[in-house]
Amino acid sequence: MLLLSIDWIFIIEKVVLILVIILSSFGVAAYATWGERKVAAIMQDRIGPARAGIFGLLQPLADGGKLFFKEEIVPDRSTRTLFILGPALFMVTALMTSAVIPWGPDFTMTIGGTERSVSLQVADINIGILYIFGVVSLGVYGIMLGGWSSNNKFSLLSAIRAASQSISYELAMGLSLIAVLMVTQTLSLREIVGQQHGFWSDGYFTWNFFKQPLAFLIFLVCSFAELNRAPFDMPECESELNMGYHQEYSSMKLGLYLFAEYINMFISSAVLSTVFFGGYNFPWMDQVQAAVPGGLFSIICVTVLMIKVVGFILFFMFIRWTLPRFRYDQLLNLGWKGLIPLALINLVITGGVILFFFNK
Amino acid sequence: MSLHEILFYFLSLMALVCALGVILSRNPVKSVLFLIATFFAISGHYVLMNAQFLAVVNIIVYAGAIMVLFLFVIMLMNLNADAEPQKSRLVQFAAVLSGGALFLVMIAALKTAGIHAEESKIDSSGEIGLIHNLGQVLFKEYVLPFEVSSVLFLSAMIGAMVIGKKEEARTEA
Repeated sequence: MLLLSIDWIFIIEKVVLILVIILSSFGVAAYATWGERKVAAIMQDRIGPARAGIFGLLQPLADGGKLFFKEEIVPDRSTRTLFILGPALFMVTALMTSAVIPWGPDFTMTIGGTERSVSLQVADINIGILYIFGVVSLGVYGIMLGGWSSNNKFSLLSAIRAASQSISYELAMGLSLIAVLMVTQTLSLREIVGQQHGFWSDGYFTWNFFKQPLAFLIFLVCSFAELNRAPFDMPECESELNMGYHQEYSSMKLGLYLFAEYINMFISSAVLSTVFFGGYNFPWMDQVQAAVPGGLFSIICVTVLMIKVVGFILFFMFIRWTLPRFRYDQLLNLGWKGLIPLALINLVITGGVILFFFNK
Repeated sequence: MSLHEILFYFLSLMALVCALGVILSRNPVKSVLFLIATFFAISGHYVLMNAQFLAVVNIIVYAGAIMVLFLFVIMLMNLNADAEPQKSRLVQFAAVLSGGALFLVMIAALKTAGIHAEESKIDSSGEIGLIHNLGQVLFKEYVLPFEVSSVLFLSAMIGAMVIGKKEEARTEA
């Protein structure tokens, strides 16, 4: 059919890539739940999960199985369609962000007799950062719908907290990113990673962290708030709201909410590593590239990115088990009176430095 | 029909169905959700015209921020399908009249629109909507309107804060 003259190998390549990314997101998230319990246990001088498999490594499977076999209860007075839509939407928005992250450099591969350049990025859109920002801003709908439709006052309070928290911290997050974009001069994540090639060039670090440390700090704090992680886990703070927005959820719907949070953590760690810590770049990568074949080099690069991501995930966990929870007004004050002015000052300084020192 | 046209008709259908859903659904929360879906369809149209920046900004600003606030207000007021106010006969009559008048005006306006459609055909391969060109146009040709509109937003923000402050003082006194 002339109508559908599509490059089928390209489609298959992307479908395989999407499947691999989504499945590995699930895998990382599952083992992040295990990791979280182990980290908490070590920090509190306990053993943690140890019954299922060696070091409790089968614990995520056991948890998942248990959630699947639990009885599913939809509250009588809830808005049924929205009650079901809530967790689904939360999961979808959690998975969508991974589409624009470059997981590794291109490599060439012979498929069906022709040599093709395979990209390890699902979609290279020229506004990749804005896309991430758009998806993040949609993430709150899952929580709001779930909280509202359960027809429970604690859930509703939690949903409203989640919405105002997310809107407040999105502003500071966006402003801190604008300073980074002024340095990189592009919105494409692929180009941003390309500019951070290696580690050192022209007498300075190439990674954006060293060019915009303040922006990184603001972005990091905001991602804690966007992820609803401690110390900013107001929407589910159990001492005030029982369980928060997923109070009425049971079985795998609850599982989706809990699981999507870990996927969010994985993806935001990947975004942090990509934008600020050079993505898949590492020191002396040129020498390594010259020494090993192309395919192996891509694998090394993906591994480097994964190490950075796991580092950030561990950091998120250490913070959770170290700092106590903020009070809600403290949280909003920090966002509006602390981070937003700080991000604006950073913006002005960045603009001034670019104007006076790097004006070509 | 090319793939481009199929996408165009699909997105248009989606936009129209969702827009109808906004006004026809009894539950205000569902109306808001339909409106968000409409924004997505419109963003799809922007992408078809190669204006990716506009598409994403449309989603960030409208679907991500404004609609969250809408939903926020609706949830706080706890509007439900049964809480919907019943319009009086007089209002219904006036609505039919004004709707019919608008319909006639639209017909008259659309009658001549077909002639110019060929001239103003938007080039789908154009780069007018990419962020670089948009920035150049916005900050070179339209810099004054751009800055004036930012002053407008600032005054709206200050106005909102003044109203908020006044309320606070009254409750304290």
